[in-house]
Amino acid sequence: MGKAKIATTSLAGCFGCHMSLLDIDERILELIELVDFDKSPIDDIKTFSGRCLVGLVEGGCCNEENVEVLKSFREHCEILISFGDCAIMGGIPAMRNTIPLQECLDEAYINGPTVYNPSGEVPNDPEIPLLLNRVYPAHEVVRIDYHLPGCPPPADTIWEALVALLSNKPLDLPYELIKYD
Amino acid sequence: MSQDHELERSVRAICQAHDRDAGRLLDIVRQVQVREGQVSGAALDLIAEELGQQRVEVEGVVSFYAFFSEEPQGRIVIRLCGDVIDRMQGAERVGKVLEDELGIRFGETTEDGLISLEWTACIGMSDQAPAALVGNVIVTQLATDAARDLVRELRKHGDPQRLVRTFGDGNNAHERVRAMVVNNIRQAGPVILAEMEKGSAIRKSVALSPAEVVRAVKTARLRGRGGAGFPTGMKWQFTRTAEGDTRYIICNADEGEPGTFKDRVILTERPHLLFEGMTIAGYAIGAEKGILYLRAEYAYLRSMLEEVLDTRREKGLLGAHICGKEGFAFDIRIQLGAGAYICGEETALISSAEGLRGDPKNRPPFPAQKGYKGCPSSVNNVETLCCVARIMDNGAGWFAQLGSECSSGTKLFSVSGDCRSPGIYELPFGTTLGELLELVGAGDAVGVQVGGPSGKMVGPADFDREFCFDDLATGGSIMVFGPERDLLEVASGFMDFFIDESCGYCTPCRVGNVLLKERLDKVRAGLADASDLDYLERLGETVRTASRCGLGQTSPNPILSTLENFRPLYEARLKSPDESLLATFDIQGALEESRGITGRDSLHFRREDGRQNSQEKGATA
Ligand SMILES: Cc1cc2nc3c(=O)[nH]c(=O)nc-3n(C[C@H](O)[C@H](O)[C@H](O)COP(=O)(O)O)c2cc1C
Ligand code: SF4
Ligand code: SF4
Ligand code: FES
Repeated sequence: MGKAKIATTSLAGCFGCHMSLLDIDERILELIELVDFDKSPIDDIKTFSGRCLVGLVEGGCCNEENVEVLKSFREHCEILISFGDCAIMGGIPAMRNTIPLQECLDEAYINGPTVYNPSGEVPNDPEIPLLLNRVYPAHEVVRIDYHLPGCPPPADTIWEALVALLSNKPLDLPYELIKYD
Repeated sequence: MSQDHELERSVRAICQAHDRDAGRLLDIVRQVQVREGQVSGAALDLIAEELGQQRVEVEGVVSFYAFFSEEPQGRIVIRLCGDVIDRMQGAERVGKVLEDELGIRFGETTEDGLISLEWTACIGMSDQAPAALVGNVIVTQLATDAARDLVRELRKHGDPQRLVRTFGDGNNAHERVRAMVVNNIRQAGPVILAEMEKGSAIRKSVALSPAEVVRAVKTARLRGRGGAGFPTGMKWQFTRTAEGDTRYIICNADEGEPGTFKDRVILTERPHLLFEGMTIAGYAIGAEKGILYLRAEYAYLRSMLEEVLDTRREKGLLGAHICGKEGFAFDIRIQLGAGAYICGEETALISSAEGLRGDPKNRPPFPAQKGYKGCPSSVNNVETLCCVARIMDNGAGWFAQLGSECSSGTKLFSVSGDCRSPGIYELPFGTTLGELLELVGAGDAVGVQVGGPSGKMVGPADFDREFCFDDLATGGSIMVFGPERDLLEVASGFMDFFIDESCGYCTPCRVGNVLLKERLDKVRAGLADASDLDYLERLGETVRTASRCGLGQTSPNPILSTLENFRPLYEARLKSPDESLLATFDIQGALEESRGITGRDSLHFRREDGRQNSQEKGATA
């Protein structure tokens, strides 16, 4: 039996959750004893090589690219985990949700106090993914099996959750790891 | 200017008529509302000034209750019951006719300021649904053609009372009631619906010491009829012995559990029995004052009840030296509610009677220790107090041998829904649900909601269970559903009720019920998978455990009990788990705005190929 595979992605997130994952420090060596990394920014593999046991999703969906990636994660992973508050509820990017899209673009590219844009154009290259009308948490787009809250979730929380999952043991997180104030 | 003066004069006069007592805020606000059709910002300021309160305290009260409004309302407010039972009898069609005829939607007022239209929760007329309140006047069995006439008539004469052409039976025809409501007493029993000579039970009680009265109630093994089933004698014992000089006895006539209307019938036909019971309770716990907290929907009974109180005062059954007993003084005032189900919860009821928002209080202290105005208080249901009077008249032993082993006496059942004879049935405890269904003519029932939305939905497997505190406990609401009904739709309707009625204090109740209802509706729409049922169970359990008062502790019951007893109904609508985008996620809708802004189509989700995935797209490119 080969090793299980894990995939990770950062959608509308700041990569902070991935940094937290790296914060497990030398335990990453133990982790790669348990799993192989498949599609993930950690090893820079861009496409799925096959089915994975676990997918870790950072960030919600702010554009069509995010939706497409999340969809392929759902299609390739047995278990999908939203990790971090952006994935779970949209987080910081979702602050735009109450503001009309056009206004957001104008603020970012034209009217914002620090904008320097003599052409006055909003970037619109055909390669740029379309923005969604609002930022969606991951579980509103595809079925998500587990949520690991935190901004970012502490490395120990991620570690404990992954180890429990991979060794098929019940997850018993001490209070300190799920307390956020 | 003169209008402002007018308002000022009338508001100040109302406050003064209530001795500027902040404890009577509910009554003050109600009078202002009736006179002005609203409690405007200016009125809020005036009331606050008169009572020496902050404006926000007054505003808090106005915004809490359904019958008060800061915005102007029509001179007549039509409140159509939108509960499950009424919808089954065509309330939606009636609502549509009212909207068309009035030219407004629900929540709006006609341009001439005459009529406002609102939905409301159960008004205690489930046996004669669809029902509506027109001002204070009850209109029952409202058919679509009658709804049309109703509007036309109101437009002509503007007097809701003139809508009542034929009076109901018994005291419904009393000159101070004049209602079209009918009692629908289908089966009378020996405890509540039998006759009793006025004053007889009080005379027998005052011949005993208060402690002996409490003992008699304990011997009778009387338990509260309001839903929770707490032993009445014990509650009185606590109240009697709690520290304090002044005590209160409060009768809970808020009857807001959808499908219950037994207290309506008691108040109509047996008010003497009730006041007799309250007086005895006053004697037993050492209270000189009693409050009857009457739900606003029953305001049409108020004048008659006041008359009954006057009669009893004249006969020496209220006031000083009752029945010649030296030192025993007791009187009763009626406190009208203002349309909030939560005020049936005893600590919320006390808040409301104190002139506050109807927020439940933290326990302990329990009302028996610190209740109304901080004094030891006993809150008892209407039916409970009637039992007390009968116990003292006929004897504790007589009462204790009625009913079943665990539950003594009889119980009033309010039966509505799909049955031949909806109405009131007084039956001994120990009667089975199946026996009751046979009596009411509901042979083909597939589901029965026992105890209202806060109770549970049971199916044929439970029809041989007995009504009693240890098995099928109920405050008396029995709603019957026949084979053509969709029980999940019923459950969803009940969740709407709790969402509307939550006081909003605790998150599990305020937010949890909304989430529960959304998830239930997802199941109903055929969009859920097995994990959603798991979610419902877990969230339901959280709301039940983490809510502060009985409302939130029971609000998940419509879902939890249908999941327990009707699981196949849920399972039949599940689909296999999504392995791609959720059906609830509308990617095309989410991209629409961007297409407009950028003037180009999506890379991955082109409009013309709908939900096509990227692999297929790759093949065509
Ligand atoms: C949300 C809610 C609504 C209630 N509504 C009523 C009611 O309308 N009438 C009633 O007697 N008890 C109602 N109760 C129960 C009361 O809190 C209280 O237990 C009861 O009035 C005590 O009287 P008893 O001991 O005679 O039953 C309600 C409880 C809750 C939680
Ligand atoms: S949850 Fe916090 S750390 Fe993670 S992506 Fe969002 S902002 Fe960054
Ligand atoms: S459980 Fe609901 S009704 Fe009761 S106090 Fe909490 S929010 Fe209010
Ligand atoms: S009056 Fe409508 S359900 Fe009771």
